Amino acid sequence: MIKAILIFNNHGKPRLSKFYEHYNEDTEQQIIRETFHLVSKRDENVCNFLEGGMLIGGSDYKLIYRHYATLYFVFCVDSSESELGILDLIQVFVETLDKCFENVCELDLIFHVDKVHHILAEMVMGGMVLETNMNEIITQVDAQNKMEKSEAGIAGAPARAVSAVKNMNLPEMPRNINIGDISIKVPNLPSFK
Amino acid sequence: MALKIVKGSIDRMFDKNLQDLVRGIRNHKEDEAKYISTCIDEIKQELKQDNIAVKANAVCKLTYLQMLGYDVSWAAFNIVEVMSSSKFTYKRIGYLAASQCFHESTDVIMLTTNQIRKDLSSPNQYDTGVALTGLSCFVTPDLARDLANDIMTLMSHTKPYIRKKAVLIMYKVFLKYPESLRPAFPRLKEKLEDPDPGVQSAAVNVICELARRNPKNYLSLAPLFFKLMTSSTNNWVLIKIIKLFGALTPLEPRLGKKLIEPLTNLIHSTSAMSLLYECVNTVIAVLISLSSGMPNHSASIQLCVQKLRILIEDSDQNLKYLGLLAMSKILKTHPKSVQSHKDLILQCLDDKDESIRLRALDLLYGMVSKKNLMEIVKKLMLHVDKAEGTTYRDELLTKIIDICSQSNYQYITNFEWYISILVELTRLEGTRHGHLIASQMLDVAIRVKAIRAFAVAQMATLLDNAHLLTGNTQRNGICEVLYAAAWICGEFSEHLENPMQTLEAMLRPKVATLPGHIQAVYVQNSAKLFATVLKSQEGDTDSTTTQEASQLMIDRLPLFVQSANLEVQERASCILQLVKYIQKLQQKDVEVAEEVCALFAGELNPVAPKAQKKVPVPEGLDLDAWINEPPSESESEDEQPKAIFTKEEPKHSRPRHTEVDEKELARRREARKQEQANNPFYIKASPSSQKVYQDTSGVEHIPVVQIDLSVPLKVPGGLPMSDQYVKLEEERRQKVRAEKKKKEKKKRKEKRSGRGRKHDSGPESEEDIAPAHMVDIVTEEMPENALPSDDDERDPSDPHKALDIDLDKPLADNEKLPVRSHRAVEAQKSPVEDGERENAASQEPKKKSSKDKKEKKKDKDRDRKKSKEEKKKKKHKHEEKEEDLLGGQMEEPVVQSEETSEVAALPTSSSAEEVATVAAAEAAPAPGAPSVTAPDSEPDEPKDTEMEPKSSKHKKKKQKKEKEDKEKKKKKHHHHHRHSDAGGEESVQNGTVEEEEPLPPMSNYCLLAENSYIKMMKEDADEVCDIQGNLQDGSQVVVSVIFENKCESFLKSMEFNVLDSLNSKLQRPEGSGPHDGLVVPFQLPPGVSNEARFVFTVQSIVMPQKLKGTLTFIVKNEDSSTHEKLDFKLHFTCTSYLITTPCYSDAFAKLLESGDLKSSSIRLEGVNMPFHHLLARICFHHHFSVVERIDSCASMYSRSIQGHHVCLLVKTSAQTVSIDAKCDEPTLLGNVLDEIKQTFSQC
Repeated sequence: MIKAILIFNNHGKPRLSKFYEHYNEDTEQQIIRETFHLVSKRDENVCNFLEGGMLIGGSDYKLIYRHYATLYFVFCVDSSESELGILDLIQVFVETLDKCFENVCELDLIFHVDKVHHILAEMVMGGMVLETNMNEIITQVDAQNKMEKSEAGIAGAPARAVSAVKNMNLPEMPRNINIGDISIKVPNLPSFK
Repeated sequence: MALKIVKGSIDRMFDKNLQDLVRGIRNHKEDEAKYISTCIDEIKQELKQDNIAVKANAVCKLTYLQMLGYDVSWAAFNIVEVMSSSKFTYKRIGYLAASQCFHESTDVIMLTTNQIRKDLSSPNQYDTGVALTGLSCFVTPDLARDLANDIMTLMSHTKPYIRKKAVLIMYKVFLKYPESLRPAFPRLKEKLEDPDPGVQSAAVNVICELARRNPKNYLSLAPLFFKLMTSSTNNWVLIKIIKLFGALTPLEPRLGKKLIEPLTNLIHSTSAMSLLYECVNTVIAVLISLSSGMPNHSASIQLCVQKLRILIEDSDQNLKYLGLLAMSKILKTHPKSVQSHKDLILQCLDDKDESIRLRALDLLYGMVSKKNLMEIVKKLMLHVDKAEGTTYRDELLTKIIDICSQSNYQYITNFEWYISILVELTRLEGTRHGHLIASQMLDVAIRVKAIRAFAVAQMATLLDNAHLLTGNTQRNGICEVLYAAAWICGEFSEHLENPMQTLEAMLRPKVATLPGHIQAVYVQNSAKLFATVLKSQEGDTDSTTTQEASQLMIDRLPLFVQSANLEVQERASCILQLVKYIQKLQQKDVEVAEEVCALFAGELNPVAPKAQKKVPVPEGLDLDAWINEPPSESESEDEQPKAIFTKEEPKHSRPRHTEVDEKELARRREARKQEQANNPFYIKASPSSQKVYQDTSGVEHIPVVQIDLSVPLKVPGGLPMSDQYVKLEEERRQKVRAEKKKKEKKKRKEKRSGRGRKHDSGPESEEDIAPAHMVDIVTEEMPENALPSDDDERDPSDPHKALDIDLDKPLADNEKLPVRSHRAVEAQKSPVEDGERENAASQEPKKKSSKDKKEKKKDKDRDRKKSKEEKKKKKHKHEEKEEDLLGGQMEEPVVQSEETSEVAALPTSSSAEEVATVAAAEAAPAPGAPSVTAPDSEPDEPKDTEMEPKSSKHKKKKQKKEKEDKEKKKKKHHHHHRHSDAGGEESVQNGTVEEEEPLPPMSNYCLLAENSYIKMMKEDADEVCDIQGNLQDGSQVVVSVIFENKCESFLKSMEFNVLDSLNSKLQRPEGSGPHDGLVVPFQLPPGVSNEARFVFTVQSIVMPQKLKGTLTFIVKNEDSSTHEKLDFKLHFTCTSYLITTPCYSDAFAKLLESGDLKSSSIRLEGVNMPFHHLLARICFHHHFSVVERIDSCASMYSRSIQGHHVCLLVKTSAQTVSIDAKCDEPTLLGNVLDEIKQTFSQC
């Protein structure tokens, strides 16, 4: 079982948190901080497993993480998950994000955390791995987005226009920033298969 | 309209959306909290608006804020609102928010049940998917119970997308509602072989999770998994299965043997490291479970170790880590195979990656031997020195201690070395394991008698250099070591070379800065040292030393008397007074040493940590019982102020008290000893009574210490370095070896045979190393009659414990999943229950009665169904055959489960509870008392009608529904153990159920019509009908029809129409013509069933009636849609106009006496059933209630919806049943009797 999935940046700012067990908000923040503390002090060339912090888990749980550019993707899992499998799942997740956002970068996650949640929901459900096939995930995500668009229809048009205008004027719109260093580079890892 | 929409969206386009919020937060870095609080205010405003789009936007923003740590539970209700939006966009936002912030104690969750149910059966697969995803995060026991059946249905959905989600979520449902496991398991198992790999993988996933916690229940699945393992190519599935086998093999060694080969093959063939790794892991598990020593398995072990070595040597740190992890598993059973890779593991200790170093440390634990312990620890000590960062260093420290102390110091050959290691460890700054080191020191000093002299010397040095350790006085810091040092020096002070010096060290003013508990030990042990000093000077004519000692004590102790710590203060003042007294005696030249020593005489023995727990409670002792009457509360309050004053007194007077003379002290001591000796609960510290080996004379019991003189007891030159011991040890060993060789040569000369291979194989094996000290490790004491077992119980709060369920047993009737259903027919009410019925609407039924009723219902349901089937065959040739009925019903989850229950046929009177709910299947829960169910569709099926006793209650269905909702809610509050929507609210006690014998189940529902347009697209619709008379005004009947879509296509635009007769008319909405059909208010996706109700008005009820009807609908699939129709016949029987009405026997008698009733009678021959079954049938099928029953004779009563009384007198003898009946309407009576006759002619 996966107990939690966290994404935070190099400064520990949460970009996505998904807990499959209930904690109150304060504990959640504490877990995020603690996890960040554990993960951030590790070198680049060390293994991606970490025997967890005090708050989350216990002896049966491990933190499995990957660090991409400015973001840490951390999965807290118990011993029923294959460590290498989860590493691969993270890779699939990031690749899927990359496909869905077209060259994903941290700003995509910042501004579209809901979409990230929806993508994640197609991969992991209630702490269990639902789908690992990237094409299948993307198909489902696209189909749902299509539905959303068709529902918005004419009524959604003004809002879309306004948000387009808003985005145009703002210097910090993701694409206007030099994203050279923040864009998540998806390395080609040795395939899981 | 369109304008309004556009206007609405223009209004809201200036609302902040999520992106604006995020942007705003980023722009307000310096006053983020303030900005967010204004945003939350805005959100609150937005939530108040009616526009769902605005609400959804607000909820979306809240979800983001929740991630930042803001509590958004206050918006829970708004989230529910957004969840129930009909638009997917908003629904998804709502469910996402819910999944992020709902949890079991969120109270609005219970409002979501129906919404979720609706979404689950939505024609849009993504609505269903989103609901499932959300539900997986916040499912509660209530939701799990209420929705288990719906989810189970979805497991067979046509879309694999839904199937896989439904399968996965079942695990959560099982956790929250363990009763669902057994009924759902067969279908789950089925999904293991689902054609879709995603569904299959989900099923494997769920079963693996289940089996991991309770593996023994899943052993029977092993063959299936074995098949999957050999056939599947999906690595995810394979990994899960292989992991599962790892959990199963310890329970079934034969399985392990079978597994070795395919796993070995996989290891050789796979290129995926993850799979390889899991295979190795499972092979290890298999090997552990098998009895070792089989030759072919050593090959497997070699293979595993080899593969792991490859992993460990890999440059990928992840593989290295995992390799070490797996290696540690092999270590437990095959340490030899691992030990040969010691080099590799030691190398990993130098790795820059802490995780890897820690893993390597774990491995070291199992790799030490007598031979290499010193070497390994030496290496670790080097790491300790190098390690920066306290966490890793502390980890090293604990590992060193673990390694050395494991299995009772098994591998330590030289305790002096160990003590010096411990002393060296005290030099670590900032460690938090001072306590651990201290307890080791104490343990070794107490249990290894031979080492005491050395330990005391070391501890004295420590005390002398205490200033080095007091830098860190925090709790559990290294200063804890001083606690041990002081105690050891005091307790074993006879070994001290210079007690006076140590005494001085212990009474330094600096000591007062130590934590209280350490000071206390200092003070107490200074007294022991003092006694030793006195004793050592005994007989000396020169008494200056003793006087110096007394003076030192008198000078220094007042410092401690002032201590804020109570313990220190108390001990210090006692001892101070004692010393003062002694000083006086000394001045009179009285010999006191002996008596002072007596104070501390006796040896302390180590007590096992669990000793206290293991003392059995003697018979008759109740520890919870009050010894005295508990004081009343007022009393204790009164005493409170007094206590304040009395408490202070002893404090002031204490110093005076201590002048008790020595004899008195000794006497008290003796008395206490005596008392302790007689007290069975006191764990004795004195060597006097209990164990032989504690006796000074019983030393022979212990492997006696033979001090090898090759090791000097003292190592020259300041603090002993452990390294020196290593060197010494090596020298010693060489010497021993040399001697041994000599001996052996001799031996060999004498005896040809020699001593076997052992000595040839290695340069030096374990057995060769004789310990430097033949150490007596005193075993810890246990109470005499200790309880042997101390198995660690499983944590009772573990949710998985509830899932420890035998899955192979056939399903019992009471295990069916609760199904949303009609309250089924009420047959009869006893007068007692009648009163209860009055307020049934608001009251939870008594459990027992509802149970009974349900049981009865079940029986009837079954009977009815049977009879229906047969009747159908006979009378309606155009209807489907019985098999079709069965087949058709099989499709329907509810009916299906009922079928199984019939097959199982193991109903026990207490277990039938659930089935009733099942039998009353699928229809929306009918209202409390007033509603009536009449299963019908067959010509002569009765229509169950039931009149509410209080006619003042509402007439319309809508009202009823409201009421029913209320009831449901109430029930949830009560946390009814069963989902009893089935109408538990009416507790009707039927006389028949008094019998112990179980009744066969009976059903309410019957097939109305079914068609199979095979020529078209194999489409068939299935109608199961249930007629409810709702006849408060004497002329209304409600028919519930379940529509089930059996085909692959979507059914829509269904229209239900009936050809009205003069007597009976379908109620149509106002304005529609008499021949218009009624639109069925829903559409049916494939495989889904739903229920609709239709109201009829009936004029005369004395005759049975038939109505012809048609259902038209559109079958829609991807490329085309066609109109279809289905004909059916509705049959309203006379008995269906009867309402089960309870009647008191006196009222019944009056009625019969009145003479208004016409009588009639029938005889039934060859009825071959128990009398109570017979009654049950009449009650169930014909809506009578038993008024009175005497042996094989019973009077029964019922009333029609128009107020006709029907009375029966049923008698049975042999196989003949005679029924005498009376009624004020002879036609009705005749028809009813005919119908009864028919019912029984068919069984």
